[in-house]
Amino acid sequence: MNPFTYSSATAVEDAVRDNASHEGAAYIGGGTNILDLMKENVARPTHLVGLNKLPLTAIEPTPEGGLRLGALATNADTAWNEEVKRRYPLLNQAILAGASPQLRNMATNGGNLMQRTRCYYFYDTATPCNKREPGSGCGAIGGFNRIHAILGASEQCIATHPSDMCIALAALAATVRVSGPNGERTIPFEDFHRLPGNTPERDNNLEPGELITGLDLPAKGFEKNFSYLKLRDRNSYAFALVSVAAALELDGDTIKDARLALGGVAHKPWRDQEAENLLKGQPATPETFARAAAKVVESAKGYGSNNFKIELARRAIVRALKQAAEGSQHASDVFLNSNP
Amino acid sequence: MSTTNYIGKPTSRVDGPAKVTGAATYAAEFHVPNMAYGWVVSSPIAKGRITKVHADEVLAIPGVLEVFSHENVPGLAWFDRNYKDDVAPGGSPFRPLHEDKIKFNQQPIALVVAETLELARYASSVLRIDYEEEAHETDIEAKRDEGFEPGRGKSGWMPPPPPRGNPDKAWEEAEHHIEHEYVHGAQHHNPMEMYGATVEWRGDKKLTVYDKTQGVVNVQNYLTKIFGLSKDDCRVINQYMGGGFGSGLRPQYSVFLAVLASLELKRSVRVTLTRQQMFSFGHRPHTLQYVKLGTNPDGTLAAIQHHALHETSQFEEYTENVVNWSGMLYQCENVKLGYQLAKLDVFTPQDMRAPGAATGSFALEVAMDEMAAAAGIDPIDFRIRNYAEEDQNAGKPFSSKRLRDCYHQGAAKFGWEKRNPQPRSMRKGNRLVGYGMAGGVWDATQKKAAAKATLTADGKLQVSSATADIGTGTYTIMTQIAAETLGLPLEAVTFKLGDTDMPEAPVQGGSWTAASVGSAVKSVCEAIGEKLLKLAQKMEGSPLKGASPDEVEFVNGQIRLSNNPNEAVVIRDVLQASGETRLETDTSATPNLLKQATHSMHSHNAVFVEVEVDEEFGTVHVTRVLNAVAAGRILNPKTARSQVLGSIVWGISMALMEETIMDHQFGRYMNHNYSEYHIPVQADINDIEVLFVEEEDDVVNPLGVKGVGEIGLLGVAAAITNAVYHATGKRVRDLPIYLDKLL
Ligand SMILES: Cc1cc2nc3c(=O)[nH]c(=O)nc-3n(C[C@H](O)[C@H](O)[C@H](O)COP(=O)(O)OP(=O)(O)OC[C@H]3O[C@@H](n4cnc5c(N)ncnc54)[C@H](O)[C@@H]3O)c2cc1C
Ligand code: SF4
Repeated sequence: MNPFTYSSATAVEDAVRDNASHEGAAYIGGGTNILDLMKENVARPTHLVGLNKLPLTAIEPTPEGGLRLGALATNADTAWNEEVKRRYPLLNQAILAGASPQLRNMATNGGNLMQRTRCYYFYDTATPCNKREPGSGCGAIGGFNRIHAILGASEQCIATHPSDMCIALAALAATVRVSGPNGERTIPFEDFHRLPGNTPERDNNLEPGELITGLDLPAKGFEKNFSYLKLRDRNSYAFALVSVAAALELDGDTIKDARLALGGVAHKPWRDQEAENLLKGQPATPETFARAAAKVVESAKGYGSNNFKIELARRAIVRALKQAAEGSQHASDVFLNSNP
Repeated sequence: MSTTNYIGKPTSRVDGPAKVTGAATYAAEFHVPNMAYGWVVSSPIAKGRITKVHADEVLAIPGVLEVFSHENVPGLAWFDRNYKDDVAPGGSPFRPLHEDKIKFNQQPIALVVAETLELARYASSVLRIDYEEEAHETDIEAKRDEGFEPGRGKSGWMPPPPPRGNPDKAWEEAEHHIEHEYVHGAQHHNPMEMYGATVEWRGDKKLTVYDKTQGVVNVQNYLTKIFGLSKDDCRVINQYMGGGFGSGLRPQYSVFLAVLASLELKRSVRVTLTRQQMFSFGHRPHTLQYVKLGTNPDGTLAAIQHHALHETSQFEEYTENVVNWSGMLYQCENVKLGYQLAKLDVFTPQDMRAPGAATGSFALEVAMDEMAAAAGIDPIDFRIRNYAEEDQNAGKPFSSKRLRDCYHQGAAKFGWEKRNPQPRSMRKGNRLVGYGMAGGVWDATQKKAAAKATLTADGKLQVSSATADIGTGTYTIMTQIAAETLGLPLEAVTFKLGDTDMPEAPVQGGSWTAASVGSAVKSVCEAIGEKLLKLAQKMEGSPLKGASPDEVEFVNGQIRLSNNPNEAVVIRDVLQASGETRLETDTSATPNLLKQATHSMHSHNAVFVEVEVDEEFGTVHVTRVLNAVAAGRILNPKTARSQVLGSIVWGISMALMEETIMDHQFGRYMNHNYSEYHIPVQADINDIEVLFVEEEDDVVNPLGVKGVGEIGLLGVAAAITNAVYHATGKRVRDLPIYLDKLL
């Protein structure tokens, strides 16, 4: 860990300005990820801009009939918000499937989007990693890659984005609101995170110094037929090997609208609109679900220790869609019942 | 009625309040004036040579005091024997900062000492070190054919007994036979409290060392031999421990480095390890086991063959008893046991809870389940048919053994009769249900230990011994033993431990503390009792005149005639009448070898498990565990139960989650943190139950205890593996049972 300075901002403009005026500055929300990375010498910011006093903790309706989640609202406050529970239970379930209560109490919505991969090599400065040190190589390719990507990876990096919350946000087609040195803008969720390509050091499309101020959820919440299914190596407090956010709008037995996004399989939350199209207009049957699942994993590729994820993902998609169609089981885990 | 009978009664931890209120101070929490902080720099490579340490660059940072490395460490003791601690295995112990050679990844290669912790950590992160890398070998698979039989191991290790009968022929000719390989990877110690030492410089090479250790005496011996200190000048203290499990049997490099820095800088110094550095030392070794079993038509075992190969470092021959148990748990005339090591570029493995037996019982007990299935016999029935009435390895009867009762009582309580023997035959919705069982055996050992007792005129008793409480409840049971022996209320007794100024005790391990230190405590309290009796007999009109020590009893704060409890004197009155302000004595207790030599002394257990497995995902949920344990007399059912509960959780961990993953490209463990080295969380643990089948045993030691620190772990991983087979029909032979192994 290197020496650094710290300031705490009370207005968005001040935070952005403060960040821009320090070479090598970084924002800090709940600190549950960046502090770990600093202790491991992976992140070496010279200055931290504290965000927790920014007036961005509200969760309130948007003029378009959706819901705006403040970037500094905690993951816990977001999950347990009455409107989120009632209108976007998929998001509630996804958040609660992640981390632990202590972490969710600290973690912020902005920080959750920005959390970095859990790739073992990324965290260990004694090994090569193109994401941490461009050009140094990828330790995970040819190494131990149980938690790595099967979709959209590159020869430079096969890391996954570790968030649960983001998988639901991808399925719900949220919009990210940002504010930066060049003003404000919005980014559709699907365009927020990137695939690794030749620049694995870039996780997302934020420009330097840009600050996430909020997330807008569209009006449609799929509150009747949804499932967040997370498969992992223990029942809680572990990242997903594979997770699936499935949401359906049904007309009798026919699927009117569908959303399907996967976690733990790619460098970004993996929403598959082609697979969604295979569901739309079709009867909600195991055969339909299997076709969609096959579509998602069609281009999947394993790297050794993660080969099993391809079959696991296929099965998980079918189960999640089935649970969504039944509208009964909203469990975040195979074995755990959903929280009240 | 006696109110001062404590042995065998559930008693809450006497050190509980200190622990939960934060009053208990741990090694790295002692604040001493003018302290400097050391940060350990760990090697990023597995093998090679350090060509240059650029110390000058970080010494230029204000506040950095010194960079210790092989380049500047002063001449310390020369011979290997000075570095050998009391429980070291054979070979040449690792000497921190001794030479330019790198022998394993994460080897401590420098210590940066600075005025603050933050500065030391920063300076160590920018310290440049040049290396010459050499090719390493960290994969035991590459050494399959290079196993060798260790010459001499650490104390307590026994080479496997020679073969008996004709194991090869008997296996060939058996009616049914099986042979399989069983594997588990390395597992690392991760007690909550990380290793660390605070060394207080008291001037003139006099040190007080607060160190996290399971044996203060061992650490003192080690330090004095290396640094040429007198024992009087090197007091070692450790009163509380945030978990040991064997990781603190040997002195860790943190205490070596802290003492080195303190002596050189003539200042107090603290060194603590990070969680990542907790993966830089002793671990349960990656082990490959091969088991062959065969049965006769009547379901008795025709042959047992069990061979194990595990890793050790290039410099030490770490040994543990993996296969020996297979020659004593079941009756069999044809037995062949083999045990070999392979040298890899890793640090020396180290004892981890039930070392050897946890490994061996996994392979043997899964093989027994496979054998029972092949022979078409119920697994419990199969074990009972092959029940060992004597220890055939040693040719001696057991001092006591109620394993049969563990099988019967355990099975009844668990509801084993509801098990349909057919695999994949039991279901609950999407989930397959399975029942499995297994068991194990562990040594009952007593070692020499000493204790001191002081009884003061106010009727308060203080007893002490340089043992440890690694979380097992030593404070509590010693207090119980002392209070009961002298008939005093618990509140009047204080037990102290973990200080080299106290009478000597062995390291706390091997489940021998209750037997060893407990016997010393009992004996020293009896000595105080005899003194008290003599004084009591001098009192005017004493009703105890002429009574011998075995004609009186100490109960309810009184000494009274056993055959006439109304004839009594109050202990406090005795002291007051005598004019003595205190009675003090120390004694040591040694095992009664004459009595023990004719018997084999062991604890046993039987574990019953129910699992539910999601058929499509392979996720395993351990819904019920019942562990029936026969371990002699249970001194404190509450702390003993906690020991077994903890063991069960660890067994679930071993079966389903725990594994340190080595990337052989780098010869480095990659999941070296709590986030990726998985152990169970609350959501993984459901119903767990402990059943003690008590045994009377006057051979093991005067208290009749066998210890419960390790026995509870045995068979848990095997029982889960067997239950998973029963649920799914899939036999997993390499742990942990990740979901993908069942897809
Ligand atoms: C042991 C452990 C287990 C976990 N398990 C899970 C899990 O199972 N599932 C899961 O989804 N997550 C899990 N997490 C991750 C957790 O969700 C994230 O650490 C958390 O969401 C990060 O939020 P934060 O506010 O603490 O971010 P910080 O650590 O404060 O920041 C993270 C990054 O985001 C940047 N940042 C923060 N806020 C903003 C903003 N408003 N605008 C722009 N940049 C910003 C920071 O500069 C930093 O780079 C786990 C974490 C740990 C430590
Ligand atoms: S997968 Fe990506 S993050 Fe991991 S080592 Fe390779 S480049 Fe680094």
